[in-house]
Amino acid sequence: MSPSPEAIAVAAILVVVIAAYALFGGADFGGGIWDLLAGGAGRGAAPRELIDESITPVWEGNHVWLVFILVLTWTAFPAAFAAIFTALFVPLSLSVLGIVLRGSGFAFRHTAQRLQMRQLTGAVFAAASLITPFFMGTVVGAIVTGRVPVRPAGNILSAWTSPTAILTGFLFVAACAYISAVYLVLEARQRGHQDLTRYFSRRATAAGVLTGGLAGGTFAELSTSAPYVFHRLTGIALPLVAISIAAGIAVLGMLWLRWYHAVLLRAMAAIAVATVVFGWGLAQYPYLVPTSLPLAAGSAPTAALVAEFVVAGLAVLLVAPAFAFLYILQQRRMLTAAESDADLRLATQLEQAPPSQPAAVPPPAGTAKTTALVLAIVAIKVIRDALSRSHRR
Amino acid sequence: MGAMAHVLAVNPVPARSQMGSSLGFHIILACFGIAFAAICMIAEWIGIKRGDAAALLLARRWSKVMAVLVAVGAVSGTVLSYEMGLLWPGLMGRFGAAIGFPFSMEGIFFFLEAIFVGVYLYGWQRLPPWVHWWSGMPIVVAGILGALSVVAANSWMNSPAGYTLSHGKLTSVDPWSVFFNPSTPYETAHMVLAAYMVTGFVIAGVYAVGLLRGRRDRYHRLGFAIPFTVAGILAPLQVLMGDIIARFIASNQPVKFAAMEYVSKTTRDAPEWIGGILINGHVYFGAAIPAFDSILVGFSPHTRVVGWDSVPAAYRPPLPTLIHLSFDLMVGIGFFLFALAAWQGWWWWFHRRLLLTPWFLVPSAVSGVAAVAAMEAGWVVTEVGRQPWIVYHVLLVSNAVTSASGVPVTLAVILVLYAILTVVSIGVPMNMSRRWRLETPAEEEAEQVPYGPPPPGAWASSAGLSAPPAVPRASSGGPEAQ
Repeated sequence: MSPSPEAIAVAAILVVVIAAYALFGGADFGGGIWDLLAGGAGRGAAPRELIDESITPVWEGNHVWLVFILVLTWTAFPAAFAAIFTALFVPLSLSVLGIVLRGSGFAFRHTAQRLQMRQLTGAVFAAASLITPFFMGTVVGAIVTGRVPVRPAGNILSAWTSPTAILTGFLFVAACAYISAVYLVLEARQRGHQDLTRYFSRRATAAGVLTGGLAGGTFAELSTSAPYVFHRLTGIALPLVAISIAAGIAVLGMLWLRWYHAVLLRAMAAIAVATVVFGWGLAQYPYLVPTSLPLAAGSAPTAALVAEFVVAGLAVLLVAPAFAFLYILQQRRMLTAAESDADLRLATQLEQAPPSQPAAVPPPAGTAKTTALVLAIVAIKVIRDALSRSHRR
Repeated sequence: MGAMAHVLAVNPVPARSQMGSSLGFHIILACFGIAFAAICMIAEWIGIKRGDAAALLLARRWSKVMAVLVAVGAVSGTVLSYEMGLLWPGLMGRFGAAIGFPFSMEGIFFFLEAIFVGVYLYGWQRLPPWVHWWSGMPIVVAGILGALSVVAANSWMNSPAGYTLSHGKLTSVDPWSVFFNPSTPYETAHMVLAAYMVTGFVIAGVYAVGLLRGRRDRYHRLGFAIPFTVAGILAPLQVLMGDIIARFIASNQPVKFAAMEYVSKTTRDAPEWIGGILINGHVYFGAAIPAFDSILVGFSPHTRVVGWDSVPAAYRPPLPTLIHLSFDLMVGIGFFLFALAAWQGWWWWFHRRLLLTPWFLVPSAVSGVAAVAAMEAGWVVTEVGRQPWIVYHVLLVSNAVTSASGVPVTLAVILVLYAILTVVSIGVPMNMSRRWRLETPAEEEAEQVPYGPPPPGAWASSAGLSAPPAVPRASSGGPEAQ
């Protein structure tokens, strides 16, 4: 039984969403890892500030990819979802623990006032950034090695503690650190921080080498622990693996030559990571869990798959313009964190002293525009009144 | 698979408790996600339209609190997504394809909400006033549609529709019928009203405390009046809605209704119990109004009300006392909030000014807590009342629960974590308000919130223009704390 085209299409969407999460969410986790490794309060202040500035605007949006992964999986491939969440209860619970700690650490560290509280929430944020990708990696490792049975009778410790799964966990951590460091090189450069550019360039190189090594190790391990996936990786998915390796080397070369091309460097790093995800997806085909649960058997009824397709279309249709709006506003510097309430406070106090002047308060922003708007409204009213009077006559 | 789950006989109580506590925590934050933006926008509208600085100041500060609450809500919402798989693989494996569609829609609406919360929060300074006002509108719309989507998933569990099973396997799905199952309109309307009431009364309660402490300026009066008006107008609608839903449940989920109203045997002239504890089939300490339950269900004392004797004991909800008392609590608070709103409305009608006597403000100050309690009680009624079914009359909770060991551990972790998060989620806005009262305007500029673009320094091309130096950066010295 071969899988339906709908199932293949939704599986492809799922792989793309996973790649997006690896690129965006992964970079956020990586930021947390570099935060953790930045050293003492004095030495680490500058890189931490850069990390913070880079993650602040995006962490929430990047987080939504994960929710889409979960929802897509349980809607389109419910059998696989149930099996994975039962067998891998422990690493999945630990990864969500990391997400809670990380998210709330992030939400509160910006509002915490006392230094100790800030340090505590910052530490929680950073440590959680390490936990989450590691355990997500072990989950993927367990799936790739086919150690998730279709009907698990409970959680299976050995599924995610195999050498391959543990290696994959470390690989995920290294890849997050790598992609994040590359982005941070460009963020630092964009802001004109020469020293920070070099700082993250060194780290990106180190993380790149480490990621490559771990990838090689995992690859070698797969030859015995996951023969089916290994066979496909060295067969049909080989071009993707080759592209990933080439892009990875290109990034290292660009860093070595200090050729910090904003688009090219980012694209190369993204390609290096995304092609691994695509390669994994292709290597597993046609299995949801290699060699035990095929796509055809584990897919939802066609209408549910089509509905997910429509949802993906709607997401593009609704979310993309919203993102574009946000992006344009950012580019035009219409959004600013440092807002002053001084004008309003002053106005409130003035208002209380002479209560007879409620309308004298100056408008908060864009005075000229507001005046023009008010004038326009007044003009329209006058014309309308005149017209309605002439009608009555 | 079903048979296997029976053999293993997993105790679903820890999983149920974990789901209940996660949902009970998240739903409060969700209320703010649904309704806070609308209340901000009303204040902003008054501020722009009348040039009212106090209203604008309120709107700006509320948007900061909203950002923190929505961020925590995003996290606790993700936990719920995980728990669908971690706790109920038997449900997701069988019905994930059906229940997944409403959740997918919710994902889109949440995405939109997150984007526009960022725009709204950081657009105060430079967006033209009305453009900024309109940037809040998608949050309001996405909030309501997001609520509709998630509640549709819960409604489906109460009145499953739009699927075909053959030999216990899902063979076809009609996503539209899943989404708009019979319970969806009732549950959604009830929940959206509840969200607005919870948000409105909680904010109003905060300012009622301020007014009681003698801060009676325009800022505090408006801070009380705007959310109280929103919640107060909806309170009578909610009472009406609750009455309609109760009748819907009496016909659609009669056993749940029987537990809510202590109807042990199917009967006419069913009495309405107020309070009371059920022990061995007898109601103690309760007051019964003869035949009133029948009248409420069918407008006549001769209406037949189905009792829980209509199904075997194994298919009756556990803890009828909890269900009944939760129901009574919800209804009682609903009438209390209605009365409070009517009192203020009466005064306003005849005097054209706010009623701000301590006799009114003290109950108003607790109205927020009361509204939260009523909403939680309502969820207890609908969720415990559905037991032992996870999908009503289709799938038992005991067949859906995970066979993985370790749920008691995750339950304990969740309880501790959410207790801390609750304290912090309340403490952070309180801290903010204390600072707003104490500090000079210049310091407020340095306020940090977890959304939106980086501070202006991030955009500047030179290092000299970086972020405000007033507050030590969060990131300085993370590892030292370890």
